[in-house]
Amino acid sequence: MGFTLTYLGLVVLIPLTMVFVKTSGLGFNGIWTAVSTDRVIAAFRLTFGLSALAGVLNAIFGFVVAWVLVRYPFPGRRFLDAAVDLPFAMPTAVAGIALTALYAPNGWIGQHLKPLGIKVAFAPLGILIALTFIGLPFVVRTLQPVLEDLDMAQEEAAASLGATRWQTFIRVIFPRLVPALITGSALSFARAVGEYGSVVFIAGNQPGKTEIVPLLIITKLEQYDYAGATALAALMLVISFVLLLIINILQRWSSARHTK
Amino acid sequence: MNVPTRSTQDPLWARVLLIGSAVGFLVLFLLVPLASVFVEAFRKGVAVYFASLTEENARSAIVLTLTIAAIAVPFNAVFGVAAAWAVAKFQFKGKSLLLALIDLPFAVSPVVSGLVYVLLFGRNGLFGNWLIAHNIKIIFAVPGMALATIFVTFPFVARELIPLMQSQGSDQEYAALSLGASGWQTFRRVTLPNIKWALFYGVILCNARAMGEFGAVSVVSGHIRGETNTLPLHVEVLYNEYNFAAAFACASMLSLLGLLTLCLKTFIEWRAGLRRRNH
Repeated sequence: MGFTLTYLGLVVLIPLTMVFVKTSGLGFNGIWTAVSTDRVIAAFRLTFGLSALAGVLNAIFGFVVAWVLVRYPFPGRRFLDAAVDLPFAMPTAVAGIALTALYAPNGWIGQHLKPLGIKVAFAPLGILIALTFIGLPFVVRTLQPVLEDLDMAQEEAAASLGATRWQTFIRVIFPRLVPALITGSALSFARAVGEYGSVVFIAGNQPGKTEIVPLLIITKLEQYDYAGATALAALMLVISFVLLLIINILQRWSSARHTK
Repeated sequence: MNVPTRSTQDPLWARVLLIGSAVGFLVLFLLVPLASVFVEAFRKGVAVYFASLTEENARSAIVLTLTIAAIAVPFNAVFGVAAAWAVAKFQFKGKSLLLALIDLPFAVSPVVSGLVYVLLFGRNGLFGNWLIAHNIKIIFAVPGMALATIFVTFPFVARELIPLMQSQGSDQEYAALSLGASGWQTFRRVTLPNIKWALFYGVILCNARAMGEFGAVSVVSGHIRGETNTLPLHVEVLYNEYNFAAAFACASMLSLLGLLTLCLKTFIEWRAGLRRRNH
């Protein structure tokens, strides 16, 4: 017990408090000047916009994948089920260079998109693909257990009362999945906001255009702008805390629905 | 597993469409990138592949990666057991706060995780002057990288063990203790066998993340070749030097590690009937 708290304090709490101590040393004006530059605002807008979009994309694709993996037996299902965790198991840097190589103008996929005028690597679209890649397992793994536990008797009841399959899906099945779907999507969003390794390679990292917040923090550190980096980090930390809180509430909502 | 009856069976076209798009999406999004790593790695032939892995800087990167994992994983395994023990077997105030704190490193950006250690131990950090005076190097050296790795891999073991130990309760431990077993004996003969698969599962995930961590380690490493480059950092250096064959050769090593992790994970899930949980 004591050991747990000490270790937790030493490894997690003290280091994290440091960020706020350092930031508060800047004073309100210092913080404001550090985070209100055009470059920082552009980075925040890009990071959060694309992370939200990736969260939505993952909600859609993750839903289809989870549904298929739970409901339809087909050859290779077990294999694909295991493969869903690939983004968790692959180091982010590896995912980053692999995606970049694929979507670069001379890559396997990039060369077919280039004639169409679609630029993926070194453009916001590339960041979006990387963020969707790393977030996918969250939605699938949150939805799967809920889908598995759904009682099919309800669907049979709906069908026997004359509902079409589509009506059953929209009015009976889908509402029960909504909390898990939102939770998974939020987890994917939270992960995407802080993601670094898989994005730096594909992003191109042009200030104001394809520069994400974590990269901006590193750039500032490399320029020995510790104050600026710390202020950004503190802002990111506050956002992470809020997201964590929201996700916790969502999960409680989800499991309350789930056990009803 | 629910077995659909005719009334709850989806129409054939819907099934085909959904399976098709799910499989297509997974192949395009997950398997093609994985395959591309190996294709790119062998593009210049097997000789170049092995040369890039046995080259001096690559070797030292591999050794450093293994060293850091060997430090971080045991620490977090011990903590994971202790934390799960504390949460599952005792009642105390602020338990949910403790649980939230354990999850915290998952929510923090890896870059920020690295940064906090620079703030603590860096040149201008809280202990910076003291460390310089005593000639101890933490940032841009192995201890800092190990610390950052411990931070990001902190929750893995604890998260796997807590729900399991909570559901098991402590009846068996009480029984053992009342029959005269010592605390250590109880732990080794009763608790450990009960949690061994979940522990193993957590250790594997922890290890995969420890060896593959990039963002946090990147901030504290200083990128000194042959000294503070782990394998993922080495991949970055090679890639930025346009040495793609070597970068992908090292990346393929890390991918193999990832695949091995997946296989072991699937094996344990099958073996122990562990329920999947989101991370």
